[in-house]
Amino acid sequence: MEEKILAPLAGKILKLNLTAGATVEEDDDALVIEAMKMETPVYVPCDGTVKEVKVKEGDEVEEDDVLAVLETK
Amino acid sequence: MSNSLTDLLDTTGFLHVTPGMAVMWAIGLTLIYLAIARKYEPLLLLPIGFGILVVNLPLAGLMKEGEGLLWRFYHHGIQWEVIPPLIFLGLGALTDFRPLLANPRLIFLGAGAQAGVYVTFFCAYASGEFSLQQAATIGIIGGADGPTTIFLATKLAPGMLGWCAVAAYSYMALVPIIQPPIMRLLTTRKERVIRMKKGRKVSQLEALLFPLASTPVIILLVPAAAPLIAMFMLGNLFRESKVVERLTHASQNELMNIVTIFLGISVGATMNAGSFLQTKAIFIFFLGLGAFMISTAAGILLAKAMNLFSRNKINPLLGAAGVSAVPMAARVVHQVGAEADKKNYLLMYAMGPNVAGVIGTVIAAGIFLTLLKVIN
Repeated sequence: MEEKILAPLAGKILKLNLTAGATVEEDDDALVIEAMKMETPVYVPCDGTVKEVKVKEGDEVEEDDVLAVLETK
Repeated sequence: MSNSLTDLLDTTGFLHVTPGMAVMWAIGLTLIYLAIARKYEPLLLLPIGFGILVVNLPLAGLMKEGEGLLWRFYHHGIQWEVIPPLIFLGLGALTDFRPLLANPRLIFLGAGAQAGVYVTFFCAYASGEFSLQQAATIGIIGGADGPTTIFLATKLAPGMLGWCAVAAYSYMALVPIIQPPIMRLLTTRKERVIRMKKGRKVSQLEALLFPLASTPVIILLVPAAAPLIAMFMLGNLFRESKVVERLTHASQNELMNIVTIFLGISVGATMNAGSFLQTKAIFIFFLGLGAFMISTAAGILLAKAMNLFSRNKINPLLGAAGVSAVPMAARVVHQVGAEADKKNYLLMYAMGPNVAGVIGTVIAAGIFLTLLKVIN
């Protein structure tokens, strides 16, 4: 099954800890979005492997943009 | 010989220093210290602190009416009401109303959090220490909005401008310290983890029409708020029109930075030992703090009350963002929410009541002006 990580808010991708193929667990740090001069960490929603990362550091994202796709069991 | 030596010494400031001045130096240096070492609102407290220091040096005459350099800044910038509206122009250009338009009912939280302003107004007046005009100026500190406080103080109680401005900016800086304990006290863990339902998408047209539509409504309702609201919405129109990016940028950055310099030093310059060191000043700081705490609590309680009647629950923490310290209060809401559930992203929802709070405080100031200017 696929699970998407969506941007919870609009902002700039400050840090990206996901790489395609990596195994991740729920609540791992996925990435950090900067909005309103504040860094907001975004966490991995569920266990799985990273299938695709759709953004890179420095990208501006809108709310609900797909940031990455996870493959879950 | 010794006579001319004392004469010479007399032309310097040394013999004219009073203990009060020394106390004011200490206050000025404390603000400078807080600005540099603790980063408490450094953009304002640094020039304010320096203003306090230089205006309390004898014989310099920086605030001498009609002549002094800082008096000119103060007179033409603040007394002429030029600077606070220009700050609002920049704030308007920085403000995104979309979070509010996406969740319009959150506007009530921005209005509810003005309760501290009115409660404190009555308390301050009831204490018998202050006139109606002074009480209103103290109350407005509860909105935690610096330029609005300065705007109102200039018109209603110019003698208290320095105290109130420092109080308002200090509490803005202390938002992350003052608000969280109140927020935790008034909410249960279960309420703090409420996730907000996604708001609807706001179209570009709506965002563009908002400043155009709200300006006449607010100014017709509260004409006295016109200088601040007009500039605020002009800045927002610049932003949302998307065709004058240079003006948006200038309002947000260069112009805002320039007027901030003159605002800070002028506000600091109003604080000379004679007018600032009164026991009343302590009252103002405590009443202002009370106003701010009541506003925070009122916003939270209002959100809880709204939850009684609505199936679509609001996270009551959002109520604390109804004070107009933008975006500090919204950040604090997000952080306190994230303590309870780290995957609860409240920041953007909190911006709704936060920007509503700015408008709420301006309207409160407008109401005070309308009612109290007449009595004056």
